[in-house]
Amino acid sequence: MPNDIAFYLIAAFTVAFAVVAMTLRRLVHCALCAAAAFAGLATLYLQLDAEFVGFAQLLVYVGAIAILIVFAVLLTRGDEVCPGHSQSSPSWMAGVAVAVLVLAGIAIAILLSPSLHRLAPSAAGAPVKKIGEELMTRYVLPLEMVGVLLTGALLGAVVIAMHEESEVKRPAGGPASRRAEPEEAMSLR
Amino acid sequence: MEHVVQYLWLIPAFPLVMAGLGALLRRDRRRLAASLAIGGVAVSWLLSCVAFLTSLSAHSFRETWSFRWFDLAETSVPLGWVLDPLTAIMLMMVTFLSLLIFIYSLGYMEKDENFTRFFCFMSLFAAAMLGIVIANSLLLLFICWELVGLSSYLLIGFWYEKPAAAAAAKKAFITTRIGDIGLLLGMLWLYSQSGTLLFYDHGHGCLEQSSLARLVAATTVGGMAVSTAIALLIFAGAVGKSGQVPLHVWLPDAMEGPTPVSALIHAATMVAAGVFLVARMYPLMSAGPHPAALQVITWVGAVTAVFAAAIAVAQNDIKRIIAYSTISQLGYMMMGLGVGGVAVGMFHLITHAFFKSLLFLGAGSVIHGCHGEQDIRKMGGLKKLMPWTFATYAAGTMALCGVPLFFSGFWSKDEILRSAWHWPVSSIPFCLGAAGAFLTAFYMTRQVSWVFFGKPADAAGSHAPAHESPAVMTIPLAILAVFAVLAGFLGTPAWPWFQSYLNGENTPFTPAVLVAGPQLGLLLLSTLVVGAAFFLGWRVYAKAALQSSREKDPLEKSLPALFWLLHNKFFIDEIYAATVIRLNAAFSGFADWMDRMIWGGAVNAVSGLTVVCARINRAFDEWGINAGFDFGCDELRGAGGFLSWMQNGRVQRYLRIVGLGFSLLLLALIWGCA
Amino acid sequence: MNTPLSHYLILSALLFSIGFAGAVARRSAILVLIGIELMLNAANLNFIAFWRYGPQAEALTGVMFVLFSIAIAAAEAAVGLALVIAIYRQRKTAQVDCMDTLKG
Repeated sequence: MPNDIAFYLIAAFTVAFAVVAMTLRRLVHCALCAAAAFAGLATLYLQLDAEFVGFAQLLVYVGAIAILIVFAVLLTRGDEVCPGHSQSSPSWMAGVAVAVLVLAGIAIAILLSPSLHRLAPSAAGAPVKKIGEELMTRYVLPLEMVGVLLTGALLGAVVIAMHEESEVKRPAGGPASRRAEPEEAMSLR
Repeated sequence: MEHVVQYLWLIPAFPLVMAGLGALLRRDRRRLAASLAIGGVAVSWLLSCVAFLTSLSAHSFRETWSFRWFDLAETSVPLGWVLDPLTAIMLMMVTFLSLLIFIYSLGYMEKDENFTRFFCFMSLFAAAMLGIVIANSLLLLFICWELVGLSSYLLIGFWYEKPAAAAAAKKAFITTRIGDIGLLLGMLWLYSQSGTLLFYDHGHGCLEQSSLARLVAATTVGGMAVSTAIALLIFAGAVGKSGQVPLHVWLPDAMEGPTPVSALIHAATMVAAGVFLVARMYPLMSAGPHPAALQVITWVGAVTAVFAAAIAVAQNDIKRIIAYSTISQLGYMMMGLGVGGVAVGMFHLITHAFFKSLLFLGAGSVIHGCHGEQDIRKMGGLKKLMPWTFATYAAGTMALCGVPLFFSGFWSKDEILRSAWHWPVSSIPFCLGAAGAFLTAFYMTRQVSWVFFGKPADAAGSHAPAHESPAVMTIPLAILAVFAVLAGFLGTPAWPWFQSYLNGENTPFTPAVLVAGPQLGLLLLSTLVVGAAFFLGWRVYAKAALQSSREKDPLEKSLPALFWLLHNKFFIDEIYAATVIRLNAAFSGFADWMDRMIWGGAVNAVSGLTVVCARINRAFDEWGINAGFDFGCDELRGAGGFLSWMQNGRVQRYLRIVGLGFSLLLLALIWGCA
Repeated sequence: MNTPLSHYLILSALLFSIGFAGAVARRSAILVLIGIELMLNAANLNFIAFWRYGPQAEALTGVMFVLFSIAIAAAEAAVGLALVIAIYRQRKTAQVDCMDTLKG
């Protein structure tokens, strides 16, 4: 019983914040609500006895991704200032309908499945030591790949989002324009 | 000699080859054309002499030679030639006359620019005529018969730019064609009854005893013997070709051709081909106990003789008078064949050939000398201006009229009258023959007195005075005049060599026959008739010589109605035009309507149907296939447009579609598993 | 643990569709990315739920998967937002509707 109530409370919390995150006008509010939804999810992981994952979720999603999103929102603020500017796409109802359809499909699948009433087996654990062991033995290759991936993503993000200076300095100068050329070559045109 | 008859085909072959070569010549190769033609006919004449001498070698000489022309399933069609007295005498006459007339044409046609074509056609005619003469098969005879008709057409219409000449050629061809229908039917019937068209074939020919017996025994419509029916059909061909009464209308118009043509074709040879045909088919004509065919022939001939002679009295064109005279004399020949047999008719044919061609050539000389004038009322006094022509013409006239003793016509006509007198069926042909003789002398006197006697015509103001013709024209005249006189002596009753030769007997020489009772009476009668006619003619015409052509004919003054009837040729041409020709025109109009409306309509209907099918096809193609195809392409394009509309470059739309697809797939899987 | 598995699954489906709805119905590119993150999270929840309620929980398969998923989601979010910023610099707009140069 108590677990049920806790589950329902946390679920409602998460869903509510998710809905709000998707519907607000101002993007910063959306980002923060999304962070709250991520936090709610972390709580759910904790409830499911996956402590490490819960904390990792908090660290990464709430601590990094949400902040990143806020940064991005702040850097792209130009077009949401003007009023009368609808935030939703003109055919948002079609999109919502498709989403409802997706929900319906998945829900029907779940409800028809035999997993409906399965209860949890007794305590399982995910000790960090075990996770560490698994990472170093069985999942060592994916670990290294993820490392490479993260490195590549880092570099890529930096390159893509680098600020070009040639846009600012128009007249052809000496050293500044020559320095701008390699950056131009790397910029997105 | 067997091999003579085998090479008999050379006689028509030479002129035929010369005609072929002449057809290839250029128009200015006149001397070569004339040499080829005259050379060809001269060789034929020499070969004919050889054949004639061969036929003298035995009594009742008859040699035949036949070959297989082509095969038809089980039967074969043979052709061949025969050498017997009839053939030999005709060969001699035709080749000799052709030779003389060809030589005459050198002078007559000298100024004509189609000289070469003339000789080519004349050679063709000579070849065809000789083919008729030597034929042993009715089929070969018919082939050459038609070729002769063709040559006649080509030669009558020689000056084809003249509409009158073209019309006359057409009239001649069509009129003789009508007779030829009968000949063809008779030929077919004969072939079906007797199984062969060879005349003499060692006992199997259609004119030989076994075949004739079969033909006489069989009867047809109205109880008439088949032999009679076939004989009458074949005689129909002779009626057309020889200008007997219903089908005589083409001969006077045929005078549109050049005078040598008239002389050769329409006096001596082609028109004689009908008589020759009857003579050749005589065994068939006379087969059976009561040969009705011969009676018909006699009556037709007798009527023709008088009919044509009467018309000749009222004609003014010099050649037309002689043409009607020819028709009349052909009637005599037919009558002679009917009452007296082959010898009687053929004798007159031979003598007539000489003096009639002489008269025509003389008329040609007169026309040539008068610079193309042909109306006898505009001529006169040519006796002194054209002496040779006058002398020969006079000889011909006296032969035609039958002046006694020294002129051939007397003896040959006498034979006919004698046979007519003794004809058991009736004596009317005799009276008709005598009347015809009277009329002949009458109109010839008229012609001669108006052409040669009297004063020269005053209408010659625009022309130079008449002159004698050149020697190349007068020498043949002289030769013919000699023959016109001498030929008669071949058949006098005192020495009937001609008749015996044809009948295959020995010829007795019995001058006493001439003064025997009935014989003498007949001779005196014919002399009297001729003398009376001369006298009357002289009285009427020579004494009352015309001053100008606008004066009326003396006969017209005294018997205007009769003259009007005779001058208009008994309106036969007009009757034909109103009946037969109008019927033909109506029928051809009907046929044209049928062709245009019915057959043409049917063809148009079929073509219309085809067009309709084509239209349907096209409509189907355009609306069915094209439209369907276009519709399909449009739909495809529409679909492509729709898909491209979907690809608007916006990621959200893609995402929606992915979601939609995902949910549909899920639902499908659920439904599948459920 | 008395809540049946299906509750977690329904919750995960709900979060997934909410994230999907936001991704396809909002104009801003950043909101689309947020929606995508939500979808990823929903999937992670699904994995953890199945790990907890399924057999062989000691194999830690679900946990490992989710850990890697989180890492990759982080990388992807970084790159995606860098792209949005770069595009914003070019076009002065981060509206998804305006990015249609791939229009077919």
